[in-house]
Amino acid sequence: MTALTRTLVPGFRIRNSWIVPLLIAGACVFLVIGSLQSSLFAQQTVSGLANGGIYASLAVALVLIYRATEVINFAQGGLATVTTYVAWQLIDWGLTYWLAFAATLGIAFVGGMLVELVAIRPVERRGNVLTIVIASIGLLILAEGAVGWIWGAQVKFMPSAFPARVFHVGGVAFSFQDIGTIGVSIAAVFVLWLFFRFTKVGLAMRAAAVRPAAARLVGIRVSWMLSLGWGLAAVLGAVSGLMAAASPSVLLQPSMMDGILIYAFAAAVLGGLESPAGAVVGGLSIGVILNLLPTYVDWVAPALLLPVAFVVMLVVLLVKPSGLFGRTRVRKV
Amino acid sequence: MAPLLALRDVDARYGPIHALHGITLTVDEGEIVALLGANGAGKTTTLRAISGTVRRSGSLEFAGRSLGRCGPEAVARLGIAHVPEGRGTFSELTVWENLRLGAYIRRGSLDADVARVLEYFPWIEGRRTQQAGTLSGGEQQMLALARAVMQRPRLLLLDEPSLGLAPLVVGEIFRIVKELNSREGATVLLVEQNARISLASSDRAYVLEVGRVAVDGPSAELAANESIRRSYLGY
Repeated sequence: MTALTRTLVPGFRIRNSWIVPLLIAGACVFLVIGSLQSSLFAQQTVSGLANGGIYASLAVALVLIYRATEVINFAQGGLATVTTYVAWQLIDWGLTYWLAFAATLGIAFVGGMLVELVAIRPVERRGNVLTIVIASIGLLILAEGAVGWIWGAQVKFMPSAFPARVFHVGGVAFSFQDIGTIGVSIAAVFVLWLFFRFTKVGLAMRAAAVRPAAARLVGIRVSWMLSLGWGLAAVLGAVSGLMAAASPSVLLQPSMMDGILIYAFAAAVLGGLESPAGAVVGGLSIGVILNLLPTYVDWVAPALLLPVAFVVMLVVLLVKPSGLFGRTRVRKV
Repeated sequence: MAPLLALRDVDARYGPIHALHGITLTVDEGEIVALLGANGAGKTTTLRAISGTVRRSGSLEFAGRSLGRCGPEAVARLGIAHVPEGRGTFSELTVWENLRLGAYIRRGSLDADVARVLEYFPWIEGRRTQQAGTLSGGEQQMLALARAVMQRPRLLLLDEPSLGLAPLVVGEIFRIVKELNSREGATVLLVEQNARISLASSDRAYVLEVGRVAVDGPSAELAANESIRRSYLGY
């Protein structure tokens, strides 16, 4: 056990539980002051937050499934790609963007549940965590292959949800694209939080995730809760994929989510893997870091961003494996 | 009248280990029945066999329906609340959320049930938002009992409610179980190591020995019979 308090300056002690909030508050102050000082910094921060929103929603999807089954779901990116193509197809058939968006979320939900039923449940019944991970990697490959087979490997054009204009606040130009992406991703995660916090099914899902055996004894159908979790995770993945496809830096192609999946892993690890709030903070942090670094540090070329994400993961796992928001579980025997 | 619960020749095994060798017992509506016996006699396994958390065979009938093919979720939905060994508290969730989960299988308002539970456990009122894992052992046991009451069960299975608790707390828990029985007619099947207190608070008792029923009868008679007390109950 580490001591509950540590001394930074003699006579001035801070508690361990304050370190993470202080760190986050410090980062926020840094970003705000930087943004007030320089309009380039402000723009880069906001578009970093937009990318971060994309990573955050995929990271929360990973966390959802990790909490329920202790499995890192590698298929999450592949499922997101499939749903993004579904949205493209719907728009191509003439649906308006937001109608296609809503329909895609519905399809993602049902699709996610079906994938759990068909591909994961049979493996889970006889296997261990490793078997499920391997099945999820297989699903990732299958999903990307299927997308290439159905829609072709060439890049498609996805219309954006938001007007391609900018607006000015105090001399700084912000794009509707960035603000919209931040808004939609955060809203998706927030709605999910409300669901878990305030509905009976959400409560049952949390109970099933933390204590499956006890959950069965009060009548909760735990296996259905797992399917439901996969459905919700797929919805978040779809939000992430749709927002990514709308962003100018991501092209709609079968491998579109590969890089984003890595950033989402980094975000989830940074947040502590068990904490949705941690995944959001992790996602936004990774987005901002990856945007500001190449802007201000000359030798960090855009090609180095993926390694940076790996470095973040490595540092977190070495220094604080439970991440920013992870906590050791309360367990009385 | 047919008993509420009837087990006939029930076997159960954990993998290769044969834990129950043909248990036969009945519980009538409104009774408190105690299951006694040494460690490893199969008391806990008998409760698990009823609630479907262990593989079992033989005939298990509850209110005229067979439990044989029911998993734990289905057994709970038939009206059996199982408070397992180690309490089965959702320690990561709040006290209030634990109570809500007790009533998971029912629809509609919980107000009446909450009021009822608070009559038995008034301390819960002020602790609603506390994380259940931070309660004391006795409070967690009472919370598990309160959660079971929220379920409005026809049969309550209690596994070692006295485990690891101070005598004063144990007395309080048994007082509440008796009150639930006398005021609401709750039917209880109780597993206990503490033979003295469970014989004092039950109507009938079964003494198990290596997966079989060795002795059974009215609790008062078992408690009065010196040779049974010596050879099986150890006091």
